[in-house]
Amino acid sequence: MKQSLFESQHQSAWQAFSGQLDALERGKADNQQCQSFAADYRRLCQHLALAQSRGYSSHLIEHLQQLAMRGHQQFYRHRSPLGGQLLGFILAGFPRLVRAEWRFVVAASLLFFGSLLAMGLLVYLVPELVYSLIGTEQVAEMEQMYDPDARRIGRFGERDSGDDWMMFGYYIMNNIGIAFQTFASGLLLGLGSLFFLLFNGLMIGAVAGHLTQIGYGETFWSFVIGHGAFELTAIALAGAAGLKLGWALLAPGRLPRGEALRLAAGHSVRLIGGVILFLLLAAFIEAYWSSMSLASPVIKYWVGAGLWLLVLSYLLLAGRGAHAPD
Amino acid sequence: MPLSSITYPAAAQRPLLDTRYQVETPEGIDLILRPAGLVARALAFAIDLLIRGALLAVLFAVLALLGQFGMGLGTILLFLVTWWYMVLFEVLNQGRSPGKQLMGLRVIHDDGTPVGWSASLIRNLLRFVDMLPFAYTLGILSCLNHPAFKRLGDIAAGTLVVYRDNAPSVPKLPAAEPLRAPFSMDLSEQRALLGFAERAEALSSARRLELAGILAEPLQVPPEQAEQRINGIARGLLGPT
Repeated sequence: MKQSLFESQHQSAWQAFSGQLDALERGKADNQQCQSFAADYRRLCQHLALAQSRGYSSHLIEHLQQLAMRGHQQFYRHRSPLGGQLLGFILAGFPRLVRAEWRFVVAASLLFFGSLLAMGLLVYLVPELVYSLIGTEQVAEMEQMYDPDARRIGRFGERDSGDDWMMFGYYIMNNIGIAFQTFASGLLLGLGSLFFLLFNGLMIGAVAGHLTQIGYGETFWSFVIGHGAFELTAIALAGAAGLKLGWALLAPGRLPRGEALRLAAGHSVRLIGGVILFLLLAAFIEAYWSSMSLASPVIKYWVGAGLWLLVLSYLLLAGRGAHAPD
Repeated sequence: MPLSSITYPAAAQRPLLDTRYQVETPEGIDLILRPAGLVARALAFAIDLLIRGALLAVLFAVLALLGQFGMGLGTILLFLVTWWYMVLFEVLNQGRSPGKQLMGLRVIHDDGTPVGWSASLIRNLLRFVDMLPFAYTLGILSCLNHPAFKRLGDIAAGTLVVYRDNAPSVPKLPAAEPLRAPFSMDLSEQRALLGFAERAEALSSARRLELAGILAEPLQVPPEQAEQRINGIARGLLGPT
């Protein structure tokens, strides 16, 4: 068949397909129109293959190729019920993923919590050490924040509900930003994640040790124990995700490095999804529960211990059933 | 007499001389993508940066009126704009942030499918590393070194930034009497002749003469008539309209 005949036979079909694509690209296609989309798309692909194998002109082939490309984009769109997926992820997917990546999780936790505890103990025993890590001004600021005389504790002494809102925003921005950095810098052969895990561990440890040592322990610990369950775990998990990225580059196994990295990134970004959820929860608790001075420290310790237990048992036990959660 | 002594197994398998990137789809056709280079991408990013800056300036001016509640909301919005602006636009607007849309670019997966949540999140979180140590140094180095101009985030996410093609205009073939070719041609040779006739309008007459002259000998005509001959053969290949 000569090209002109081929073109005149199918021109109207191509125009109709192009119109359908326009509607889909603008998100204004109705269901009736799309009934035949798959068949139309395959027919167009067949026309393209025919045109190529018959040596038709570049112009026609380019035109068909563009239509095929646009059709491909619409046909293979990733659409899934986000709500259902999210629920499945929270109920089972995330804890399973954490357990599947237990090597990196354990390594990151050891680095983070290990440096935190070690630094805390050191500063508690040798108080001057805190100034080798944190500037004098910042230390004074910290002391002021957790002064037992303040009515409400946290980053500012006196707070009302507007403050709670402000701090909620601040915690989200700050903490999720840190988690993202910890994850992303894992791409630098894991060194970035290593740095952020140790750095944050040392800083938090130093502050905790110092405040305990000068006798502000009760205000500090009762403030941080609640949201710490989510926040500290989340930072460790973000570090684990970053270490996984770095490890894929260092030891790609039988895959090319680029491919290994791509696969590792696919897994670790799901970890980051869980980390984001944890940090949102932590920010919420930190802004609305931890800063409340109505509850006595004893209650806060109990609730905090409960939250730690909840997080650990969630990560260790959830999603162990054989059936997928519905 | 054949036009050339080199024969290729199939037109599609010839190595391309440009940066085009081929993807074979499950339908058995090849999609041809044109990855966007550093400059187009940097401009798109600059436009996005300006838009984000303006957006934040307006938002903060409004929210400052709301006091501390507004500040909290503002911080959350700042977070959203910093980390999620690109992701939301890329996933919900068919791979195009406003800057990319203006520059005629889009983000897709390596296999040509539209970018999804996970890939978009990866490439935009790893932007942090591309920006190191300053002014996108790592990203630029990676982009310039990669055959498909990927920055580190793109490599990890398995994504590509490609040009969106505009619909080609319909070419007018020069008028000529349809002719049969005096020899048999393979597909790529057919396409070359058709391509010459279709591009005739865009070429200067001297260049046309020069190009057509190459074929004067196998066509067995003097070089001045070769162009007319080729146009005739192209008409003949195209068939009656």
